[in-house]
Formats: sequence, structure tokens, C-alpha cells
Amino acid sequence: MSSVIPEFIVDKNEDRCIKCKVCVRQCSEEVFKYFEDFDLIRIYNDKCVGCHRCEMMCPTDALTITKNNALYKDNFHWSSYTINSIKKQAETGGMTLTGSGNDKAYVSYWDRMLLDASQVTNPPIDPLREPMELRTYLGKKPGRILLKEENGEMSLETKLSPQIKLETPIMFSAMSYGSISLNACESLASAASRLGTFYNTGEGGLHKKLYKYGKNTIGQVASGRFGVDTDYLAACAAIEIKIGQGAKPGIGGHLPGEKVTVEISETRMIPSGTDAISPAPHHDIYSIEDLKQLISLIKEATNYEKPVFVKIAAVHNSAAIASGIVRAGADVIVIDGFRGGTGAAPSVIRDNTGIPIEVALAVIDQRLRDESIRNEVSIVAAGGIRSSADAVKAMALGADAVYIATAALIAMGCTLCQKCYKGKCNWGLTTQDPVLTRRLNPEIGSEKLTNLVNSWNLEIKEILGSMGINAIEALRGNRLRLRGVGLTELESKILGIEHAGM
Amino acid sequence: MNKFPREKDISGCSIFGLINTDGEKVSGSVITEAISVLHDRANGLGGGFSGYGIYPDYPDDYALHLFFDSVKAKEETEELINKHFLIEYDEKIRTDNSINLPNKPLLWRYFVKNRNILSKDSEREETFKAVMDINNNIEGAYVISSGKNMGVFKGVGYPEDISRFYRLEDYKGYIWTAHGRFPTNTPGWWGGAHPFGLLDWTIVHNGEISSYDTNRRYLEMYGYKCNLVTDTEVITYLFDFLVRKNNLTLSLASKILASPMWVDIDRMEEKKRELLKALRMTYAGALLTGPFSVILGFENGIMGLGDRLKLRPLLVGKSENTVYMSSEECAVRKICPDLDSVYRPKGGEPAIALLDGKYV
Repeated sequence: MSSVIPEFIVDKNEDRCIKCKVCVRQCSEEVFKYFEDFDLIRIYNDKCVGCHRCEMMCPTDALTITKNNALYKDNFHWSSYTINSIKKQAETGGMTLTGSGNDKAYVSYWDRMLLDASQVTNPPIDPLREPMELRTYLGKKPGRILLKEENGEMSLETKLSPQIKLETPIMFSAMSYGSISLNACESLASAASRLGTFYNTGEGGLHKKLYKYGKNTIGQVASGRFGVDTDYLAACAAIEIKIGQGAKPGIGGHLPGEKVTVEISETRMIPSGTDAISPAPHHDIYSIEDLKQLISLIKEATNYEKPVFVKIAAVHNSAAIASGIVRAGADVIVIDGFRGGTGAAPSVIRDNTGIPIEVALAVIDQRLRDESIRNEVSIVAAGGIRSSADAVKAMALGADAVYIATAALIAMGCTLCQKCYKGKCNWGLTTQDPVLTRRLNPEIGSEKLTNLVNSWNLEIKEILGSMGINAIEALRGNRLRLRGVGLTELESKILGIEHAGM
Repeated sequence: MNKFPREKDISGCSIFGLINTDGEKVSGSVITEAISVLHDRANGLGGGFSGYGIYPDYPDDYALHLFFDSVKAKEETEELINKHFLIEYDEKIRTDNSINLPNKPLLWRYFVKNRNILSKDSEREETFKAVMDINNNIEGAYVISSGKNMGVFKGVGYPEDISRFYRLEDYKGYIWTAHGRFPTNTPGWWGGAHPFGLLDWTIVHNGEISSYDTNRRYLEMYGYKCNLVTDTEVITYLFDFLVRKNNLTLSLASKILASPMWVDIDRMEEKKRELLKALRMTYAGALLTGPFSVILGFENGIMGLGDRLKLRPLLVGKSENTVYMSSEECAVRKICPDLDSVYRPKGGEPAIALLDGKYV
């Protein structure tokens, strides 16, 4: 018998319950069990993950999920979470796993920055009346443009590196087919295509059903090289080399064999039922010059027609690493902060490794400017972007665009129960169980994602207008329009912003 | 000295410029008469002028106009000038001290030659570096203008008082620009007045740039130090960067600073579309947003440019061999009641008038 005290209490109001057994059928965690002989629904609190699926599906509102407030006696140092972790480890001898992003109470710098607005000397712009431009091109830009004159007409002599065009500076971050369901992948792909933006395959390869969304797809090449072949490289609009992930810097990935279904095995190009292990390092990249070789290789394989992204987790020395990545020839650099999500990671890594994206972004943007190479690369910020305001602040700090993934999952139904690694997602997102994946209709998923990004677009335009800006590039790196609140002098300096009142 | 060095300059203004396209010179009193009509658009905290062709005795020397907060700053600056240049002649800028203006700095001008014989491009680059050096490294010294056969005269006061203070009626030029300023946050600082000058570029500017820090941080990658915290400084540097350093035409530079909308670029024929797309993508850090109209002066012409949403006024008038540009028509009519033609350029559309009679 487990000595772990349940985190949640499932309360069923017997007056309301009509014994329809929807809860029994809906809960993949088997919290509810129906005993026919006694016409009784028994509840097992210890199995509840707090996803609220039953509560939302119950037709008579008979169910309420509450936090078990009396979990253990209040203790500032030994939290209930800590006690339960110790108990679980003592019982199993394994690492505790978790899903999604770091949920600990570290400082959020987004919440310590406020935006400027125009008053009197500079008119705000009304986005309903005036054009407001969000279009963004990602890719390496030259330092200068050379022109030639032909028949008295100026034309381009400089040939630009490959670029991808985004109608909004928001993209969907990497989530593999395997970590999420095919319906979830298709929702993302279809929404990206409707929005004129991009989604990312993660390391899951590209399912044949999704090839038609290729021009809105960023194909990832990660340490396991799953699903990478010439067709894959040819189908995607851009290629991303994944070095690290914000939720688990320095850690690889592991998709257990039982999740490697026939379709996943075909897509990832591995035998079905075998574990899909992404090593912690790329075994052909043991230093920066090796990264340069892989970038060159991918460019060669894609005929120099596609921008190559390199994604790293935000760690202490990110600025110098980013500079090296630019010099290694990357067209776009993606920085993933410690709040970024994951399908599965050891809790100890997720909760203790990496640095905030705000800080990493600020120092990388400044470092690349100090080296006069900022033009040679686009910067994408990822990892815990929750709202259009976070996105705007990221761009004001210096990002060209942002990636969102946790917010995208929430749009499709996720309630952040953080149990993605169990593969039993009640919302049909992080699971391959056909009973569960059916719960997400890709058309509805796509519509919700489209709505989410469209509403952020409206909000970004409103914010830009209030600042008297009408093109997103005039926000990029415009740190004077940010002010810190409650920051120390050192924090302000690192973020490169003034404190409110200055 | 600027008492509020950390705040970005914000101000509303009036601007005026004229060019005699045949190169005939007129006295500074002409433009003074025009800008004084716009008295109410300034608040007495900034006014200034630039004149071209005003130093016929030293046409081939860089004329450096300087503001000094102290004698020490002047000595240090001269040491630095001597390092970069040969000083042909220097003097205190002549002023009429019966005009009572506050916080007057020490005003000095130097006519200098490069120590080595250089091509025009590298000569200008050397001068540019010297100007950056003085502005950044010497406390209390500000190079106000640094072109050949031209100069900037500015200070804290209404433009007509500034003109009388500098005795502009004694100077004759073929190009004049003028500015009346309504600053809100750098009162009493002479360096904050317009025009802003670098080499032969001068800018008078009406408006506020909401993209300021994006532009500033972009320019700093290429050796420009923006320590006068004004929008105008940034616009001047952007023109220098795009036209002098990147060899773009004025008209293409204006398509970068006040770029056409993407929807309009999408509709252009292919060659032009690809050109403007590449310029906008590459020089994204140079896009100016927010309201502005500017008059850019340079050795052989003036250019007027307004923001792409047309949030600030700009008028171009022509009469015989003179082209006028102003934020207000009344200022033009005051000195030239009968104009041959008048038009108001669209937002982002440059109006260029050149010395050899060309008028675009």
C-alpha cells in the first residue's frame, strides 16, 4: 500500500449524481469504478491527477475536484510536494518524472516589466483605422544591400539568404508526434497554415497525412535523427537543429516502446515497440565546429533554399553560445527558457536547471549587437510565453518572433495537470490511446488555435497602436518602451531596461 | 549641459527650409522672417538654423561648430582636433550678446583639414570618427556641425532671437533650414535644439519617433553613438549610414525610413517588389514609426520627408529658382506670397530639390 497521501479530493454530490457513468468512461486514470452489484460508483482519490475532465463532462455538475488542503501539516521548508516526492522515491527507487514546464515560484520577469504608451507628444495609433503590420521574415539578413543599375533602373545585386515569411510573429513550438497525438499535430499544422505561420515537428518526423502542410512546417533534426530523410527535409519550409530544450537542458528524450505504435514507428522510421531514445548530445556534435558541419550538411542537402534554425536551452552562458551558433552559420537561433514545457522530464532537472528566457534573450540580443552580428540571425524566444503581452515584451527585449506550445495545448483543452509522461491524457493531447485521441477533433483543435493566435494578434496591434508604433520591426529591441517594476539595479542592467520612473 | 541626460527628447516643432537651385545666395534674414511667423509653434526653449555656402573663405575645410560647457572641455577638444586635423583657422562664433539667452555655452568654430590627403569617402569617415570621438569622450563638448562650407546655429530661445544672437543677417547661403522647438523634457539645453548636424547632413525635425530605441541600438552596431538622446540625432545618423556608408540613393533611403506598407510592396512589379522587400528586411532597424516630418539639408540639396501615416504636416512650394519646404504654408507665403506651385507630399514620399536645378 502506498503511503503517498492523495493530492486531490474528488467530491461527488449524491443528490445530483444520476449514475450515468460518464465519469467512469471519461477518466483514463481510473479514478472512478462502477460496481454493478451495488449500483455504486467508487472514487479512488489517489489516482486523480487534477485534470478536471470528469468535472467538465459530468452532465449534472455532481463532481467537484478540490485540492487536498490537509495533505500534510503546513511546513514552509518541507512542502507536501517534497514529502510526496521522497515517499515516491523511497517506494520505487526511480527518478520522479513530470510533464509541462517548471511550476515553481521563481521570479517571472515578464511580470516585472511594464509597457509604455503614447501621450500628447506622440499620438497613439488606432489599429482599426490605420494599417498595423505584424509581418515578420525570419532568416539571416546581410549587413548591407548592394544594388546594380540596369537601364537606369536600380535592382538588387545582393542575393538574400533564404527567409520564411510569418504573418504573425507567433509560431507553434516543437512537439513531436509521439509526445502528442496525430490529431494534435494536425490541429497545429492546419492552424499554422490558416494563420500564415509555422508549427514544428519536434523530433517526431512528419506523418504522411501532414505533408500537405509542409510549407508551414519547421522540421526538427534532433539527436535521435528520428524521421529524417530527404523527403522530410524537402517537405519542410525550414529545418531546426535541436540542441537543447528549456524544460530539460542537457537531457535527451525517451519515448517508451509501448507508445511506439505502428504509425509512429513508420513516421519516426524505427521498429514498432522499441524505445525511441534521443541521446543527450548529438553524437556527431561534441563542439561548436561540429555544429557548423551539421548546419552546412543540412544546407547542402536542402539546396541552400531553407533557413536553418538552431535551438538551445537558456543556460548560464547562453550569450557566448549564441554568438558561436551565429558564427557557425545558423539563420535563426531559438532560445528556450526554463519555463518551457516537455512531454517528460526528470522533475529535478525541470525544476532546477536553466535560466529565465527574459534574461537569456536580453543578454543574447545585446551580445550579438556588441559583436555587430545581430543582423545575421533572427532570434526566436520560447519557453513559457503565456500571453500577447509576454510576446510583446519579448520582442521589445529583442526577439524577432516567439514560439508557443504550452499555450497552444491549453487552447486545445490541456489543464496543465503535468502528467503528459503517463500517456493517458484525458484531453487526447499527450496520448496515443485511440480511445483518448478521438477526443480531440483536429478541425476544432485547429479552430481554437487559430482563434487564440488571432486574438493575440488583435491585442498586439492594440498594444503597438498605444505605443504609436505601426510595424512590428519598430518594436524589436525597442527596450526604451519597457520599464521595470520591483527590479534591482543589477536586474535592470542585465535586462537592459530602465526602472519605472526613470 | 543637459540636466536630464537620461530622458529621451520629445518635442513638437515647426520646420522650414529653402534652396536656391541655381546656387544664388540669400541672407539668413530671409529664413528668419519665415520661421518667425511660426513663433507660436515653439515655446522659446529651442531654435536653430543651418546655412550652406556660408563660408566662402574656407570652402574646402571642415567647419566644426562646437558648444563647450567649460574651458577645460575646449582645451581637451583642441588636443583631439589637433590629433585628427590641421586647424587652418579658429575663432569664437560671433554673437550679439545684447540678446539675452539663458545658459549660453562657449561657442567656437574651427576650420580644419585632414592631416593626410585622402579620398573623399575616407576623408569623411575620418571626420565622422573625430566627431564621434569628441561627442563621446569629452565631457561638456558637443560638435554641432561638421560639414564643409556650412554651419549650424542653434540655442535656447525663439528662432528669431537665435538668428539675431548669431547675426545670421551677415551670412549668405544657397540653402537654409530652420527650426522652432517646443520641447517638453530637455529645457535649457543648447545641444537639444535643432538642426542636428553630422558632416554636411543637417536635420530639422517635427515629431517624435516611437521606434527610437530600435533605431538607436541598430545604429550602435555600426559605430554611431547616440548620446544626445534626441530623435533628430538618430534620423541624421540613419541618413548618414544609409546614404554615405551604404551607398543608397536618398530616395531609396527614404523608402527604408518611411517604408511603404507590405500590402503596397506586395502589389509592385517583381523587380521593384524584390528590391523594396530586401531593403525593408535588411534595414528593418532603420524603419521610423511615429509622427515626423523632416527637412534634410546636404551639400547640394534639401529633402523633405513625412512619416508613412502622414501624422505631421509638410508643404513644398516652388517659385522660380527657389524651392521652399515647411510644416506650415503661412511661413512660405510670408516670404514668397506668389508661388508657382504648391503641393503636400504623401506620407513616406520624399520631396527632393537639388542644387543644379533638379527638382523631384
